[in-house]
Amino acid sequence: GTDSRPDPFRCFRGLQKGFCVGVLPDGVDRNSEAFSSNSIAMEGILTDLRSHIKKVLAGGGEEAVKRNRSRNKLLPRERIDRLLDPGSSFLELSQLAGHELYEEPLPSGGIITGIGPIHGHLCMFMANDPTVKGGTYYPITIKKHLRAQEIAARCRLPCIYLVDSGGAYLPKQAEVFPDKENFGRVFYNESVMSSEGIPQIAIVLGSCTAGGAYIPAMADESVMVKGNGTIFLAGPPLVKAATGEEVSAEDLGGATVHCNVSGVSDYFAQDELHGLAIGRNIVKNLHMAAKKGMEGKFGSSNIEYKEPLYDINELRSIAPVDHKQQFDVRSIIARIIDGSEFDEFKKQYGTTLVTGFARIYGQTVGIIGNNGILFNESALKGAHFIELCSQRKIPLVFLQNITGFMVGSRAEANGIAKSGAKMVMAVSCAKVPKITIITGASFGAGNYAMCGRAYSPDFMFIWPNARIGIMGGAQAAGVLSQIEKATKKRQGIKWTEEEEEAFKKKTVDAYEREANPYFSTARLWDDGVIDPSDTRKVLGLCLSAAANRPLEDTRFGVFRM
Amino acid sequence: SDGATIKPKDRCIEKVLVANRGEIACRIMRTAKRLGIQTVAVYSDADRDSLHVKSADEAVRIGPPPARLSYLSGATIMEAAARTGAQAIHPGYGFLSESSDFAQLCEDSGLTFIGPPASAIRDMGDKSASKRIMGAAGVPLVPGYHGHEQDIDHMKSEAGKIGYPIIIKPTHGGGGKGMRIVQSEKDFADAFLGAQREAAASFGVNTILLEKYITRPRHIEVQIFGDKHGNVLHLYERDCSVQRRHQKIIEEAPAPNISEKFRANLGQAAVSAARAVGYHNAGTVEFIVDTESDQFYFMEMNTRLQVEHPVTEMIVGQDFVEWQIRVANGEPLPISQSEVPMSGHAFEARIYAENVPKGFLPATGVLNHYRPVAVSSSVRVETGVEQGDTVSMHYDPMIAKLVVWGGNRGEALVKLKDSLSNFQVAGVPTNINFLQKLASHKEFSVGNVETHFIEHHKSDLFADESNPAAAEVAYKEVKHSAALVAACVSSIENSDWNESNLGKLPSLWYSHPPFRVHHEAKQTIELEWDNECYSNGSNLISLGLIYQPDGSYLIQEGNDSPSLEVRVTQVRKCDFRVEAAGLSMNVTVATYLKDGYKHIHIWHGSEHHQFKQKVGIGFSEDEEGVQHRTSSETSSHPPGTIVAPMAGLVVKVLVENEAKVDQGQPILVLEAMKMEHVVKSPSSGSVQDLKVKAGQQVSDGSALFRIQG
Repeated sequence: GTDSRPDPFRCFRGLQKGFCVGVLPDGVDRNSEAFSSNSIAMEGILTDLRSHIKKVLAGGGEEAVKRNRSRNKLLPRERIDRLLDPGSSFLELSQLAGHELYEEPLPSGGIITGIGPIHGHLCMFMANDPTVKGGTYYPITIKKHLRAQEIAARCRLPCIYLVDSGGAYLPKQAEVFPDKENFGRVFYNESVMSSEGIPQIAIVLGSCTAGGAYIPAMADESVMVKGNGTIFLAGPPLVKAATGEEVSAEDLGGATVHCNVSGVSDYFAQDELHGLAIGRNIVKNLHMAAKKGMEGKFGSSNIEYKEPLYDINELRSIAPVDHKQQFDVRSIIARIIDGSEFDEFKKQYGTTLVTGFARIYGQTVGIIGNNGILFNESALKGAHFIELCSQRKIPLVFLQNITGFMVGSRAEANGIAKSGAKMVMAVSCAKVPKITIITGASFGAGNYAMCGRAYSPDFMFIWPNARIGIMGGAQAAGVLSQIEKATKKRQGIKWTEEEEEAFKKKTVDAYEREANPYFSTARLWDDGVIDPSDTRKVLGLCLSAAANRPLEDTRFGVFRM
Repeated sequence: SDGATIKPKDRCIEKVLVANRGEIACRIMRTAKRLGIQTVAVYSDADRDSLHVKSADEAVRIGPPPARLSYLSGATIMEAAARTGAQAIHPGYGFLSESSDFAQLCEDSGLTFIGPPASAIRDMGDKSASKRIMGAAGVPLVPGYHGHEQDIDHMKSEAGKIGYPIIIKPTHGGGGKGMRIVQSEKDFADAFLGAQREAAASFGVNTILLEKYITRPRHIEVQIFGDKHGNVLHLYERDCSVQRRHQKIIEEAPAPNISEKFRANLGQAAVSAARAVGYHNAGTVEFIVDTESDQFYFMEMNTRLQVEHPVTEMIVGQDFVEWQIRVANGEPLPISQSEVPMSGHAFEARIYAENVPKGFLPATGVLNHYRPVAVSSSVRVETGVEQGDTVSMHYDPMIAKLVVWGGNRGEALVKLKDSLSNFQVAGVPTNINFLQKLASHKEFSVGNVETHFIEHHKSDLFADESNPAAAEVAYKEVKHSAALVAACVSSIENSDWNESNLGKLPSLWYSHPPFRVHHEAKQTIELEWDNECYSNGSNLISLGLIYQPDGSYLIQEGNDSPSLEVRVTQVRKCDFRVEAAGLSMNVTVATYLKDGYKHIHIWHGSEHHQFKQKVGIGFSEDEEGVQHRTSSETSSHPPGTIVAPMAGLVVKVLVENEAKVDQGQPILVLEAMKMEHVVKSPSSGSVQDLKVKAGQQVSDGSALFRIQG
């Protein structure tokens, strides 16, 4: 299914089969100024992105990596590579979590998470990086761990915990220990998922101290590596302080103790590779046919699929750097869907929102993409289309590039708030898998209606050129400076033009910094920054992971009519 | 009716029973089929699914695996012939082919024995008797003692008269079994007794003869044929000088570097020898040629179709099995001596399952991958096995005979080398690499062959473990092959996973290159070089495979070495076109699982290497202190342990437990494939843990005893 030549008889043949196939046109003017300026700008953005990625892939630095190797330990991504089916894909999540978040760097937030297959079962991997602060949990580490568990719980993915962690990062205990979405939640999730029949498997490859000890202890099955793996509630120094007992780490909580005596662990591994091989074996023996809710699948999928007709790398030149720039979202859709075949719904109505059906790697999807600001009609059309997909159990893909809903007296009088509310209601309640890609702007209520983070998309990714915020920096500066000006006026203070400009600039700079995708992804407002040219693959992988979800009927709330 | 009035002899053979197995049984049946003769195979339990059984129209079970209870059981075979209505028996070579009793049994039962008369077999079968007859017929003989007096002291004095070095041979049997060369008087007794035992075990008769040992001999033999009308002719000679353990491994026809006159004399002598015993059917007269004096002496006559008969068939363009059947039917030979054609040159290489570095010890195992070279009008493969078959310890470990023909010796040699490099066997060790080295040796290429060829050129033919430079060169080649293996294996695995998950997961999860967010996927592959030559040094090769967006791989050995760009196109199941750094070539990769390892073989150009990879959780479940197995030999045995070099039968234990022994002192005698192997003490010390007894079967690699220094 990789025929990429346009076929003039395609539509005719489609008709013969009983459905009409709309093949999207190329839609890109390669000679335009926007195309070339976007290309150049994106090249710079991607260079920048790759340099950040290079740093996080190096983990906790040369020294720490060397120390890790000297203990016959692999790096977390290498551990995952050894667990995955050889040569298979891995959808890593939030590589840049923790980016410039703390005073010290915390590459990938100190934990590697992602999805990949073991013996054909998609699994969620959660691997501590012992080279980053000894694998301890910072607040963002916990957030990333919980997010991975959330996806696993929702998509019913067996969880593989590759444990090598010193536990909570003590200096920040107040931010990691007590709250609902803190460390304790990790074990809560493990228990609940286990109760739901989602396998929980821990491989103890390093230390597993204090709270960390509960990760393998709570697991359905756990593996321990001789020499490196240790599990104890308190390590040798604490034991000595508490009871005076002097004991080595291996004797206190090594694999022999836990596999032979305590029963905390189930499989004894001679070394790391052995441990990982046992891990693969455990997954091989999962009897997943017995899991609940797996009878049906979302959408429908075909093994055979066609590649898009147009070069996906051109998304790098289509992606707008200047968000005022208009472009047709269909030129993105044409590059991410099978055969560029898009059956558009309500094409002539509410034209600033594009809706329609397509397939991605053979998996049926409903696509909702912005083509300008949201008007009444576009919002109503969006709500309608979401209802349609929910009814038919078709996963939704949101392609966000939205500066917001239309403002102004006419829009308000037409009930734009009411129309927007309908779309937000539809997005919130839809029980089908939802995947959001921020391709450009993500501002204001547009972010909500287009399934922003608060609307629990199953997956959410952001392009590196995108911006996210309550509104644009310039607009915010305008609003804030007007308020400030009025306040100053009331107080009788004169505000010079220079002072006003400086005030505005400060606001614009702050907004620019906070709207930046790195700011977003560092805080886990999304599941990762992706290269636009990876969009199709990422969507394909996400859809197949989300296809595991049990089928649920959607019940909407009260639509304001 | 008609049957009652027609005497069997007046009828042509319509159904033949082949009292043999393996390649020769297949080869005989092939000709029989071409002539419209129905075929009956016989088989032991070990051969129930063998190719020779499948090749026959009918097959009869004749007993359990040991040959003496099946293929050597004349009575059972006669019953099989009666049961199937076969009128003739072709004995092949080995087994009953040179049993005059069996030939007599056939004659007495009215069955046609496709071979010489029993009397000729009897005459030639007794080496002492045959020499007397030959001497009387004027055929030149090697000085020696062929007397009945077998007393060891008498024999020793006869040996002294002939003058050392001498050779000791059993009077019965052939194939080099039981033969011993004795350099000086002090070694005589050991060798003599060993030869007697082996002779008794193999042939049931333990009489021995002595001969002068010729230091630089060639082994040249003449193919002869006789009919029942008194015609005898020769079909030129074969040179079978290149031997190991007194068994031929490369034969050729005609013999290189001999004059026409010498050839004619040799042929004439062979014909005289055959006439002297009233010979008919196919036979071979073996001569030893003293290269120093250009004299030839009669050695023995093999009264059967020989293993290496195809080389002669190739140069004379005849089918000897057809001739045998026609002669057996009473027809005269189809041509006269002057009409025997000769064209070009032919080689035969015998491909054995054997362990070359361990002194060519026979090997057993499963042919996990078996792909002989493609046959053509000038390349012939005689084989009796298929992929998946087992080379068992019950019979000869020969896997196949590779026979090539060329317009002259040089052309044939080119073809031989090419065919050897395309002959693929995995699962059992073979001598293919060794044959390749032999064929490539410069002395061999100019025809300077002699029976001690391998011994004289051993420094060229065997890897020298003490030479680190040679090991380094070999290792470099191997590392390059390892990179190709890694790429091919990765490609196979990838498509396997894709296939096994078809319909379960979208193929995107197994796309090539595998997806990673913002970085290239990298796979680490550890390959252990399964190295038969260099045992020292690390054999673990760790390779990093980086998947490139265009589907190729960048392969790195270690972390700092330059990477090699490799592109793989799978052509068929095991066949690949591989482009490495701009050089593209055909590569075959075969894999199989055994003993917790994935064994991987690669063939490209004239190279063949093998690797193994630990798979799954193939680890010892022992908790503490057990190192991972590195090789089956060093595993779990305490230091100083001597393991069985091959599977076999303990025929004799020469010392007691706790005995003090010297370095090199024989401790026990093992026998496999009717070949005796003396296990000696590697050092001086006392024998410990000697648990094996005479008559006990031991497996390859099992502990025999330990020497405490």
